[in-house]
Amino acid sequence: MTRRRTAGVVSGTVAIVLSAVVFLVPFAFIVLTASKNRAESALREFSLPTEWAVWENLVAVVQARDYMLMAAFVNSTILTVASVTIMVVLAAMVGYVMQRRPSRLTPWLNALVLAGLIIPPAVVPTIWVLQGLGLFRTLHGLVLIEVAYGLSFCVLLFRAFVATIPRELDEAAVIDGAGPVRLFFRVVFPLLRSVVWTAVIVQSVAVFNDFQNPLYFLPGDSNATVQLTLYNFRSQYTTQWNLLFMDILLITIPPLIMYAFFNRQIVAGLTTGAIKG
Amino acid sequence: MTTTALPAPPRERRRGHRSHRSHYPLWFYLPAGAVYGVLFIVPTVASFYFAFTRWNMSGTEFIGLENFALFFSEPYLFQGLVNTFVYGLLTSGLKVVLGMLLAVFLTSQIIARGYLRSVVFFPTLVSTVGVGITFTVLLDPGDGLVNQALAAVGIAGPGWLTDPDLALISVAFVDVWKGVGLATLIYIAGVVAIPQEYFEAAEVDGASGFQRLRHITLPLLRPATATVIVLSLIGGLRSFDLIWAMTQGGPGFTSDVVASVIFKQYQAGFWGLSSAGNVVLFLLVAALMVPLYWKLNRKEVER
Repeated sequence: MTRRRTAGVVSGTVAIVLSAVVFLVPFAFIVLTASKNRAESALREFSLPTEWAVWENLVAVVQARDYMLMAAFVNSTILTVASVTIMVVLAAMVGYVMQRRPSRLTPWLNALVLAGLIIPPAVVPTIWVLQGLGLFRTLHGLVLIEVAYGLSFCVLLFRAFVATIPRELDEAAVIDGAGPVRLFFRVVFPLLRSVVWTAVIVQSVAVFNDFQNPLYFLPGDSNATVQLTLYNFRSQYTTQWNLLFMDILLITIPPLIMYAFFNRQIVAGLTTGAIKG
Repeated sequence: MTTTALPAPPRERRRGHRSHRSHYPLWFYLPAGAVYGVLFIVPTVASFYFAFTRWNMSGTEFIGLENFALFFSEPYLFQGLVNTFVYGLLTSGLKVVLGMLLAVFLTSQIIARGYLRSVVFFPTLVSTVGVGITFTVLLDPGDGLVNQALAAVGIAGPGWLTDPDLALISVAFVDVWKGVGLATLIYIAGVVAIPQEYFEAAEVDGASGFQRLRHITLPLLRPATATVIVLSLIGGLRSFDLIWAMTQGGPGFTSDVVASVIFKQYQAGFWGLSSAGNVVLFLLVAALMVPLYWKLNRKEVER
């Protein structure tokens, strides 16, 4: 037993050192470069700054291009909150009826849901559809796009969870006079709370970090999302690495806060059903 | 209350009797179906039409298989197809191997287990573009940190992102760095789900640590492996963000994948060719995923 414990301490220590080199050094590099002044950051060295310029860099990057980053944070927040809310409610409705009402249609619906998970979206035809609807280059359009692409994952999550809620509960509510809408929104949906949180957190991180869809469907500086500011600043800041990395740092913070608070839900969401189905 | 005609055949209720149906209205499918149908299904179906046309600012013109012929004859397009294949297989293979090793290690008796798990996982949550830019700087052939560290121990580091033979592989490594946490997480859940009695019984029978790993852990991790392969292939074959942030398909077009070709052709105004790229990617994904689904138990794939 003691031998095993010593082995655990030794290999654990080795792992801590290795993990620091492999995983923490890149993040330390981001923080250090974001804290340097312009000349020093241009050297792109892994070193402590001789003078810490965190605040100056923060102010500079926020004010850059007429407060573009602030606008981008507002856009990204609206995009994330709106699309995740819609996605979760709509997917819960689908997952619920799919689980409760199996029929000849169910295999086809399953195939459609899986298709959404597997098939890469067709970009230019999507732009064509959005233009036809007058939604291209609008935040509304992008919200709906994120909803469409995120539905499949959420439906699978909800359908699996609804199966654990006893039908007797539905029946009791029906006897008490609840119609289908009340039955779902007042009785079933509140019971889905834990999996709703999981879906919200996993999808929020995904939408917030999404780069490809805003690039295609919401181009232009005026309504950039935070991921696009990185892309835009990059061409502008070829000599101002401190500001570019300050931008990276600011954009990295929200998902990390999510992780710090909702670690457990994220882990649950990404592994539910993955093992036994 | 009790006199209500309650349809209550206790066991055989699963088929959904007529009287039950009204509680679970079909119109619940409508809002989701409308968004999904209009913004995902319609464009996907439409791409099969546009792929056969010359489509640009001035309109569409049916040209048959010409776009596909281009895709397989022009090196700058075909390279993307080959690279997508390489990238998808390389990243998912590495994620399976590293994820499994990390999971076995992180479920053993070591110190700082919680810290190690978090550190391995959290790159998954970070902005892909941010990671891409950071590693572009770290992998700079001249003054990047990686090559400086290699030089310090006397190795001349290669031009990770500037060498045409290496650029795609370097990006794939960064992809694995960022994504291995998810694979590890799935494997950890798999390892934890293995009943402890199996190991105890094996220990009583005198099985060594390696034998227990080989004959208990690995076989029972097959469902987790299925999930990891499917998820990382789905992600790897459509990968765009990281490649675009790191090399933009360069040098030349040596690290282009189909997803970046689609973007380049779209930007250049060749919308028909871009849609053909989507169809090619669709077929590539289907060709890999459909047999996988047949082989792996479907239940294991669904979440």
